[in-house]
Amino acid sequence: MSTVDLTPRPVPPPPGPLDAARDTLALVGRSVRRSTRQLDTLLLAVLLPVVLLLMFVYVFGGAISTGMEYVDFVVPAIVLLTAGYGAATTAVDVASDMTNGIVDRFRSMPVPAGAVLTGHVVASLARNAVSTALVVAVALLVGFDPAASAGDWLAAAGVLVVYVLALTWVAVAIGLVASGPEAASGFTFVILFLPYVSSAFVPVGTMPGVLETVARLNPVTPTSDALRALLLGMPVGSTVLVALAWWAGVLVVARVASAVLFRRQR
Amino acid sequence: MEEPVIETRGLRKAYGGRPVLDGVDLTVRRGQVLALLGPNGAGKTTTVRILSTLVAPDGGTARVAGFDVRTEAARVRAALSLTGQYAAVDELLTGEENVRLAARLAHVPRRQVRERAAEMLALFDLTDAARRTVRTYSGGMRRRLDLAVSLLSRPQVLVLDEPTTGLDPRSRAALWDVVRSVVAAGGTVLLTTQYLEEADALADRVAVIDRGVVVADGTAAELKAAVGSAHVELALADGRTERLATDGTVGDVRRVLGEVERRGLDVVHWQVRTPTLDDAFLALTGHDAGTADRTPALATTAQEPR
Ligand SMILES: Nc1ncnc2c1ncn2[C@@H]1O[C@H](COP(=O)(O)OP(=O)(O)O)[C@@H](O)[C@H]1O
Ligand SMILES: [Mg+2]
Repeated sequence: MSTVDLTPRPVPPPPGPLDAARDTLALVGRSVRRSTRQLDTLLLAVLLPVVLLLMFVYVFGGAISTGMEYVDFVVPAIVLLTAGYGAATTAVDVASDMTNGIVDRFRSMPVPAGAVLTGHVVASLARNAVSTALVVAVALLVGFDPAASAGDWLAAAGVLVVYVLALTWVAVAIGLVASGPEAASGFTFVILFLPYVSSAFVPVGTMPGVLETVARLNPVTPTSDALRALLLGMPVGSTVLVALAWWAGVLVVARVASAVLFRRQR
Repeated sequence: MEEPVIETRGLRKAYGGRPVLDGVDLTVRRGQVLALLGPNGAGKTTTVRILSTLVAPDGGTARVAGFDVRTEAARVRAALSLTGQYAAVDELLTGEENVRLAARLAHVPRRQVRERAAEMLALFDLTDAARRTVRTYSGGMRRRLDLAVSLLSRPQVLVLDEPTTGLDPRSRAALWDVVRSVVAAGGTVLLTTQYLEEADALADRVAVIDRGVVVADGTAAELKAAVGSAHVELALADGRTERLATDGTVGDVRRVLGEVERRGLDVVHWQVRTPTLDDAFLALTGHDAGTADRTPALATTAQEPR
């Protein structure tokens, strides 16, 4: 055979925090690469919201009265929907890692526990940044007319980041409990469905009784209200704080659940 | 004497109240290949998963390179590489990307990552396929890539869980060569297998595991010897089979055949049989290893009737 060195190396000292950071970075790189290899998924995550945006603006928009241009009303909804799609694919990635032995491989290596998951989460943030930017760009082309200051944009981005992080960790937890990628993909419909029963697409006052109550309780409602207020330069009231509180809570719960699910030894 | 590289004592594990490992004792010394031989469901994978810190044992101790799998898991992980029963490589990445990721995670110095990855790909004959995504790889190529990933970190201990199950003969032979090079370089290997001939060909020591218990532990020769000696097996014209003991040397076989002639036996077919690990397994566990498709003629020399 060749001259490759297979001599066992002395057992290295336990990895320090710097090693942990480097390992996590390597796994982020892996997940981002994976995203670019799933072009069909990536395209769907961008194109579907764009198609929905166009449909809502040109087809349904005329029939929904919101007291403002419908395109201005609906952009936060589309942005939240986009984030949902971007986050949901994480469940499929995690589930396939769990079932095909990759996670076991990393767990049997001196790699920090959970760094694989962190990799998927950061990749989800990156995917969402790209698809959200694209959707907003298309929205601007079809007449979206924001009146936000730089600070408003930043605040909106902040709310959106917390929202995406929370949904992504929910997706991670789904990926960890699902029996496989297909099952995981099925479960994520919950994430995708949330914005429809909220104030994102129509004012909740127009909904029938029960749905209206559900919509008022739905954390997507304060989130879309907050984004709308920030982007259109309207008073935000308590919406930003309520939205942040909701998603920070979901984030913590999903993060802890994922850690527990990941650590459980079978 | 130097401390064993792998040592388990009284390893126990139960799933849902059903014992899967019931006191497994194993010892592997530096530079050895230990084959953990047993049928499906014997507890091989469970043992391997405990050694690689993926599963916590219910009882007993396991040490790898001197580190306890429970209390020093991080050190164990740094000392050992596991190649599981199914290739654990990223389907969406190329072969090269998989190996480079492994190199980074093994903390290969940044400037050596490329070189080291290329080397490993070449060693496993994957250079031409390096830029293709693993999704396009055959089963044999995936296994080779998996092994390249495992060996990249130059582990003290290489653990292979049924490495050749489902491989074609050529890939199997190639894998055997790799195991031999690892050992030649000073590595230690624990491999599980259902194939007696694999244990016979590769292992310095064979531990036979059945229903969570090691029922025999020794060299392949010792196991075979424990089962009985070589004999000349005669198929007679009247349908009977006769066995005459021999030590298997040319001179002694000639002596036995002389006796056959003197007795005027009417032989249709004869062969010298030395006990195979199949025989050993049957004798040790009371059932065969479930490898009916494998040739039992491993240590048999057959002759046409004279
Ligand atoms: N996670 C698990 N949960 C329940 N039973 C398990 C689990 N893992 C293994 N077993 C059972 O333990 C026994 C031994 O399994 P295993 O170690 O995989 O055997 P082998 O690798 O020798 O085929 C089998 O009966 C298997 O069904
Ligand atoms: Mg097994």
